[in-house]
Amino acid sequence: MDKKKFSLKETLVISLPLIIGYFPVAMAFGLLAKNTAISLKDTSLFSILVFAGASQFMALDLIGAGVSNINIIIATFLLNLRHLMMSAALSLDMKEIPKKFLPFIAFGITDESFSVISFNKDKISLPFILLVNGLSYLSWVLGTLVGYGIGEVLPLSLQASMGVGLYAMFSALLTPELTRSREVLKISLLAAAIYAAFYYGGFLSAGWDLVLAILLSSLLGLFIFKEEESHE
Amino acid sequence: MNNYLVLVLGMALVTYLPRLLPLYLLSDKTIGRRFARFLSYIPYTSLSILIVRGVISADKDMLLASLGGIFLAGYLSYKTNSLILSVLSAIGLAFVIKLFV
Repeated sequence: MDKKKFSLKETLVISLPLIIGYFPVAMAFGLLAKNTAISLKDTSLFSILVFAGASQFMALDLIGAGVSNINIIIATFLLNLRHLMMSAALSLDMKEIPKKFLPFIAFGITDESFSVISFNKDKISLPFILLVNGLSYLSWVLGTLVGYGIGEVLPLSLQASMGVGLYAMFSALLTPELTRSREVLKISLLAAAIYAAFYYGGFLSAGWDLVLAILLSSLLGLFIFKEEESHE
Repeated sequence: MNNYLVLVLGMALVTYLPRLLPLYLLSDKTIGRRFARFLSYIPYTSLSILIVRGVISADKDMLLASLGGIFLAGYLSYKTNSLILSVLSAIGLAFVIKLFV
């Protein structure tokens, strides 16, 4: 695949959906943390050090329910195990990135940054990744502070609609690929069906259902498709 | 107010390690073709699963807005190839749907 040269403007445009999507969700986190009686300092530390949306919300929920620290940490671990898969997948495309930068890049791997980076493989370069990750992080941390500090500046319905933007982004990244390759269409539908079965089956705890559905559907791809059909 | 430092540090560690280890350990390894093919499916399976999760775990009052936004973004992205246009339009549609539902 031909690599494109790094373009600041292009990278900013690509990062914009992440920034717009993260900010209101982070605001909601900040406000909810305040309502859970967590100090501003601790709330900021959640977003600065953990930087994982779903598990931060889950932690507030569990803190409110009086769950012990160790159980919240175990639940966080399970929920974030899916990043093992994403981190492994990214390793394919980071062979040219100096290894000393990988710990910084790894910190910024979220569902959203992973999606944007994996679907823009031709643009992968150190500045591209650091900017996408860095701007997402900034939006997440600043959103948390704003939410904690001034609460509902945006009408709730607008805030919720902006949160839909993150799912819209996943769809905008995936859909064109579905139309380009039957193989991608098949494996995506398979993954969706497996996850839905796990979700409604209810026999796996949250977290396991995600990571096992990703693992199983990607593995099944190996058996369903022949080598030469392979994408890339 | 409680002190949440221990909790935050514990959560940070168990979040960071799964993000770091595969990337760090695999990046300079030569991996087999089958394993590479398996890894190359992960972006598609992950995104598909995240979208489905977004829909089936959405709050009831956001379900229609989420579905509308997801379909519009997919359609516009297919037609125009513009990520930002697709996402902003989806947010707009979700907001409008939310006004009526």
